[in-house]
Amino acid sequence: MSFVEYSELIQEGDVVIIFMGHDSMMPIKVQSGAQTQTRYGVIRHSSDLIGQRFGSKVTCSKGGWVYVLHPTPELWTINLPHRTQILYTTDIANITLMLELKPGSVVCESGTGSGSLSHSILRTIAPTGHLHTVEFHSQRAEKAMQEFKEHKVSHLVTVRNQDVCKDGFGITGVADAVFLDIPSPWEAISHAKKALKYKGCTHTGLSEPWPGRSSLLILTMYRAGPENLRSFIGPWF
Amino acid sequence: MAECVNDSDEESRIAYGDYVVLKRGEVFKSVQVENKKKVIFEKQWFFMDNAVGQLYGTMFEIVAGGSLKHKPVKRAGDSLDSKEAGQDNRHIVDDGRSQKLTRDDIETLKEQGLKGQEIVQQLIDNSTTFKDKTEFAQEKYIKKKKKKYESDITVLKPSTRLLAMMYHGREPGKICHLRYDTLAQMLTLGNIHAGSKIIVFETCAGLVLGSVMERMGGFGSVIQMFPGGGPTRAGMESFGFPSHFHQTLHEFPLCKVNAVLAGKLDLSEKDTENSRSEETAAEKNSEAQSMEISLDPQEQMRRDERDRLREQRAQEKKVKMEEKRKKLASAAALLQDRNADGLVIASRFHPCPVLMGLIKFVAPSRPFVVYCQYREPLIECYNKLREQGGVINLRLTDSWLRHYQVLPNRTHPVLLMSGGGGYLLSGTTVDAGTAKTKNPHKSEEPDAKRLKLEEKASSCDSSV
Repeated sequence: MSFVEYSELIQEGDVVIIFMGHDSMMPIKVQSGAQTQTRYGVIRHSSDLIGQRFGSKVTCSKGGWVYVLHPTPELWTINLPHRTQILYTTDIANITLMLELKPGSVVCESGTGSGSLSHSILRTIAPTGHLHTVEFHSQRAEKAMQEFKEHKVSHLVTVRNQDVCKDGFGITGVADAVFLDIPSPWEAISHAKKALKYKGCTHTGLSEPWPGRSSLLILTMYRAGPENLRSFIGPWF
Repeated sequence: MAECVNDSDEESRIAYGDYVVLKRGEVFKSVQVENKKKVIFEKQWFFMDNAVGQLYGTMFEIVAGGSLKHKPVKRAGDSLDSKEAGQDNRHIVDDGRSQKLTRDDIETLKEQGLKGQEIVQQLIDNSTTFKDKTEFAQEKYIKKKKKKYESDITVLKPSTRLLAMMYHGREPGKICHLRYDTLAQMLTLGNIHAGSKIIVFETCAGLVLGSVMERMGGFGSVIQMFPGGGPTRAGMESFGFPSHFHQTLHEFPLCKVNAVLAGKLDLSEKDTENSRSEETAAEKNSEAQSMEISLDPQEQMRRDERDRLREQRAQEKKVKMEEKRKKLASAAALLQDRNADGLVIASRFHPCPVLMGLIKFVAPSRPFVVYCQYREPLIECYNKLREQGGVINLRLTDSWLRHYQVLPNRTHPVLLMSGGGGYLLSGTTVDAGTAKTKNPHKSEEPDAKRLKLEEKASSCDSSV
């Protein structure tokens, strides 16, 4: 299992999604000898999960059953533990399209937050791309690094614990796209420009809860000059 | 800013043979860069030759003779200076007489070779009301005139975003009115990524196929199901994929799907045999007829030549048929394993029968997405899938798109596009078989308890 590649059978160490009914799912980490409680009973990892096919029905101790699913970024977005407000699949889909992400893209993102968008980007840019993500909160940065490792995608991502407005993304002239979801995105514009490739078409996007603030940002960008700006007004309702 | 010279920047440079997307304002057009070929875009014609070697994203203007000239990007501060501006429009009367230049005057200016920017300046100078307009109104006026008189064309590398916006703007009927944000949802909900095996059935001129292939990056495989004679790929060609991408693409006729499902697909060479025997019979007949005409040596030579050509054509035909058969066999082999990683349907046909048939090829715990311009056929699909089982997380959605004008003090929504982007049905496949239980005696539960469990299970399954 990995978040960027399908596999058929469940193995020890995998993260799987247990589906218990409409709008009722939870992620679990498969460990030999472990047990998970659900309202339908106990799931014994060694006998019920390891070696089974993804998508199969698992009967719990009380007799009820659940489905065990292969993780995808979309399922992860609905089930991940929130450390911050996250972006949901609808917005993520538009961001992916507008930033023209595809395998091989090099992307910069800040802030990492709870990693919802990050997982989706990783899935899209694998196996040849790279994600540089910056998070100024050290615990969130730690947790993100840990999750990427568990989800077997850490080779595709670099997490930097720094302030993007002061120290930038840590790379120069290699990114195809930059995404900013921070309180004051205009302060990071010059760093975004530095990180972007000098030639060809690159894209910068930002998440903006209040349309009014964008005008300040647009003005900053116009002066700094990244040629292609797409501003997405994220619907926060 | 130091120039980062990259020797592998040829990917960022326009070359002959490339498929590109031309952009003027919000209008796009997909063309192929060819030597000395006239291109018509937005009522203007020009040659693309001067663009070759330049970076993608470069803006050009059309100069005399139809050649393109590189135009450096202007910064915001370069806008035309206007010191005078009014406060509001209470004194401005729109009588159509504020512009002193006539149409003929403007034509003369154009013929004199005046550039777009200069024409706009002339218009401003000859407008009686320009200085009374507010600053915002002046900017809007200049923008409008620029759009009309400046011929700035940007040359871009094709991408799903550009082509989807282009098709939606120019020929939405060809793509079943699929709006680009709905396409974005499809690609993400379908978890389209490198290394998977995706089945695509679309009648969107190849746009959906192309966008799936772009997300796969040449890794994995795509099996395009097609109705009728052959697959449509025009939209896919516009993406300009490198040749190795095409090796990941397979096609399979929809009419043979039932045969594959039943395990009875006939891949033998019967078809070729029949056509060959027909041909030789026809040849013999025509030969018999021509035998009756003179046995002139020249005639003989011509007849030999004809025979040779006929043989050659028969050989070529045989080779083609063999290739076709091989392709069909390889696509069938990919399907037969019934372990596809995803299914994408977007067509003008009723989705129900297609979906119910093709979903059998998808492995369990994989997402699928069905697009339809209308909601009702998807409701039918939803109900049928509920009945059949084997799917969870069924969702019927549509998305709204709203554009905003973002300018200082003038940010506001432009319009709301709702109901114009089509609908999506998405879900995840699961194992339709029985539960895997290690304790068989658990199933022998008191009837009352089992009934209760079944009720609970069915109420969990139903989605809105």
